[in-house]
Amino acid sequence: MFWQLFYTYLKIGTFTLGGGYAMLPLIQREVVDRKHWIDEEEFLNMIALAQAAPGLIAVNSAIFIGWRVGGWRGVCGAVLGAVLPSFLIILMIAMVFRDWKEQPAVEAIFKGIRPAVVALIAAPLFKLAKNAIKAKGEGTKGERSLAYNLWPLAISLAAALLIWLLHVNPVWIILATIVLTLSVVAIVNKTNSSINRKS
Amino acid sequence: MLLALFTSFFKIGLFGFGGGLAILSLIQMEVETNGWMGQQEFVDIVAVSQVTPGPIGINCATYVGYTVGGIWGSILATLAIVLPSLIIMLSICKAYFWLSKRFKGNPYFEQTLRMLRFAVIGLIASAALLLIKPTNFIDSTSWIIFSVVAFLTILPNFVKKKEGNKISNIQYQISNIFSHPILLIVLSGLAGYLIYG
Repeated sequence: MFWQLFYTYLKIGTFTLGGGYAMLPLIQREVVDRKHWIDEEEFLNMIALAQAAPGLIAVNSAIFIGWRVGGWRGVCGAVLGAVLPSFLIILMIAMVFRDWKEQPAVEAIFKGIRPAVVALIAAPLFKLAKNAIKAKGEGTKGERSLAYNLWPLAISLAAALLIWLLHVNPVWIILATIVLTLSVVAIVNKTNSSINRKS
Repeated sequence: MLLALFTSFFKIGLFGFGGGLAILSLIQMEVETNGWMGQQEFVDIVAVSQVTPGPIGINCATYVGYTVGGIWGSILATLAIVLPSLIIMLSICKAYFWLSKRFKGNPYFEQTLRMLRFAVIGLIASAALLLIKPTNFIDSTSWIIFSVVAFLTILPNFVKKKEGNKISNIQYQISNIFSHPILLIVLSGLAGYLIYG
């Protein structure tokens, strides 16, 4: 099982460009459609869990499937397979890139690429925000209300400004978000139950 | 040095919610506070990470690790970013059925996940904002490249796929092809070579 998982994830890791999200359709084809290791529903649950847990989505999914299919050995095989191609390819590039960088042609190419990279980080925000906000025809009426979506967007804005202008470590933003949400839900629950008791 | 590398990437793996792009802002902050490399070198690493196969976070960790501490540095950084996932995800797997029953619909759990999604949006925005600097944007051509790439990436959100309508489906396909990050990086590299080379 170790080798099967290792080989499958090695193939996925070597042939996907564009990071974790681009890997998901390939993982689905290999693991669900071809190998039948897990079914469609479990695959969707896996994506939800892999996104909810911290860390890289590709690695999280490798751990989940490795564990379901082959226990400890499966986990080792899948994770090694997912990580190894990236690691080796980048290591080779890193070794030669320092010498190449001084070349004027390479420098010119990167002068063109740098602003593109910033755009590639910024532009997906549009889709992420669109997906995070409940739009027309989605969720309940309460979930589409301005108040329900305005506060979370304020968190996005505050997070961006705090990191950008005050150089707050993103770790604190994550921790503060968790603590804040838990306390707000606790307060709302408490007031709701006290209202219920009165009436 | 190697210990700092390990703790930094362990922290990144532990608090990196929301996948590769969100993790970039954490890596950026660690690289900056430790003074490991300049902004420009970091952007180059992000570019290389996006055009090479595999998860962006692993690519970035390996590269930063190698720059800071050679081969051992790259092994350590990659190991450190995977380790928290391994611990947390394995616990989740072991408790999978219990968790999925117990937490589905639980307001504490669902709302925290929802708010983290919004926090991650802020994290990614800050990563982009921090990179808008004269080292990355050297002249007005840089802004043109930035605008074109941003436009092409956002475009597929507005081109609707229509069943049975061949012409608009071709538009949809084309807008999808030209929003691919690897193609966009290659094209802007070519533009850079022609303009600055």
